[in-house]
Amino acid sequence: MSSVALAPTPHGTPAVPSWRRALGIGWLRVGVELKELVRSPMALMFTVLFPLILFVIFGSVFTGYVAPGVTFSQYFAAGMIASGAFYAGFQNLAIAVPLERDNRTLKRLRGTPMPPAAYFIGKTGSVIAVYVVQVALLIGLGSLFGDLHPPAAAGQWLTFAWVSLLGLAATSLCGLAASGLIRRSEGAAAIVSPVVVVLQFISGVFFQYNHLPTWMHDIASVFPLRWLALGMRSVFLPARFAAFEPGGGGWQHGLTAVVLAVWAVVGFVVAARRFRWFNEPRGQAFSPRRRRGTMSP
Amino acid sequence: MEARIARSTVVAPLAGGDHGRVATDSREPAVEVVGLTKRYGAVWALAGLDLSVERGECVALLGPNGAGKTTTVEILEGYRTPTAGSVSVLGKDPGRAGEAWRARIGIVLQDATDQGLLTVGEVVRHFAAYYPSPRDPEEVIAAVGLVEKRSTRVVGLSGGQRRRLDVALGLVGRPELLFLDEPTTGFDPEARRQFWELIAALRKDGTTILLTTHYLDEAEHLADRVAMVVAGRVAATGTPASLRSGPTVVSWRDAGGALRREETATPTQFVTALAAHFGGEVPELAVQPRTLEDAYLRLLSAEGALA
Repeated sequence: MSSVALAPTPHGTPAVPSWRRALGIGWLRVGVELKELVRSPMALMFTVLFPLILFVIFGSVFTGYVAPGVTFSQYFAAGMIASGAFYAGFQNLAIAVPLERDNRTLKRLRGTPMPPAAYFIGKTGSVIAVYVVQVALLIGLGSLFGDLHPPAAAGQWLTFAWVSLLGLAATSLCGLAASGLIRRSEGAAAIVSPVVVVLQFISGVFFQYNHLPTWMHDIASVFPLRWLALGMRSVFLPARFAAFEPGGGGWQHGLTAVVLAVWAVVGFVVAARRFRWFNEPRGQAFSPRRRRGTMSP
Repeated sequence: MEARIARSTVVAPLAGGDHGRVATDSREPAVEVVGLTKRYGAVWALAGLDLSVERGECVALLGPNGAGKTTTVEILEGYRTPTAGSVSVLGKDPGRAGEAWRARIGIVLQDATDQGLLTVGEVVRHFAAYYPSPRDPEEVIAAVGLVEKRSTRVVGLSGGQRRRLDVALGLVGRPELLFLDEPTTGFDPEARRQFWELIAALRKDGTTILLTTHYLDEAEHLADRVAMVVAGRVAATGTPASLRSGPTVVSWRDAGGALRREETATPTQFVTALAAHFGGEVPELAVQPRTLEDAYLRLLSAEGALA
């Protein structure tokens, strides 16, 4: 057994500061996340292709105008771009993280010197990648076959950037929070997908928001998708459409930012309290204290 | 026989552990556990477990399913917090230890199915990047005998190959202390023997090893010391030889045709008396030293853990 001469690096004294280590390893995690995404037909189908298929089907069935000079296809494209943040952040993480907990990815990582922040950096990379690809494809399809016009003014792109960032933060943190509340990965999709679909129905993605009953507005306004969709309409629809928005009209950017930020904070607090690197052993699952507040599919 | 062994030894040598340079007090035990208890709801998984593992030692926790082996190891790895008792692993409390401490331990998980879409090479290289002074990933892949599978995705590995990858990921950080939780479950006899060789090589390099197993031959083959865990306690501890030592086992077939078995401290006297009883030859007489299995089964029945 020949000993190979090695540089005398003592264990446990990383030469680089911890935040730089977290960033460096986080960057490697982004690579791993993207590799896994590209190699997983299921994940690609659910997070990237599914919204496009929906867009094509709905866009072909519902034609006509939602307001003078604004087609349904335009309106729907803005809603689907807003939904993209939900697919990339909420649905992606709330399904993938419980899966990684069940197959011991998280337990293994927790047993290594990987800084925990690196894992979340990797997830951020995967969320942004999915979102960018989705939005690019939706804008591409929308402009080729629909009447979607990518914004021309820099101000609209700025709005698009902050709505996207705040939206992704809110949906991703809520996705992580949900992953902590979901006990077993097999049931994750059954809990998560209906939440997204119902929100899409009541938040003005599948139907025109100003045609929905007021009580539905009241419910939808509590959740982030309604505001995300409004924000995206302010980017992709003509300015005059603002008059058709309920509640006296207007794009309500300030309120949008506040609601999205509040959801980001709520998601963060719940995720910080409930995120688990591994499940408790079976014995503990029967203790009443543990069971409370856990969604069981 | 010799030729067969030589041919089957595909396990490549592994470079030294290099622990001599580590600026830690190598005189203090690697693991020191006193009065460890762990309760899950109403169930006590551990009921006052004591354990000490010296630096460079290989200790096997041997016991039936549900005895508390995995709970013990998971507390030592920092995954679980004990209900009571004191725990020190490499001089730190695993529940509070940070990344620097984790860089010094290696964990081989029991039931992982993760990283399926990456190739063996990608996974080992990626995990190596987490550690301050990792082993060469290629060398580790060779050491666990997965060179030919380097470019295979993990989902495409057999159960035994998957376990060997788990071992590789436990080794790649060049740990001072390696935890192996039932490492050879699902191995065929050949893979098991190769694994034993790998562990022997690691021991030679001074790596401290704590493994759990319910294979007696594995404990006997690998461990300097065996701690028999029954019902959340260490019921007996010692070298395999010392646990084995004790009465000699004499077996024979009695007049009624039943196989009889007796443990005795004075086998010569016993056999003489037996011969006198039969008036000459004793049918199917065998006189054997007690095996670890005998000691183990006696201990289990004494503790009432055997139905």
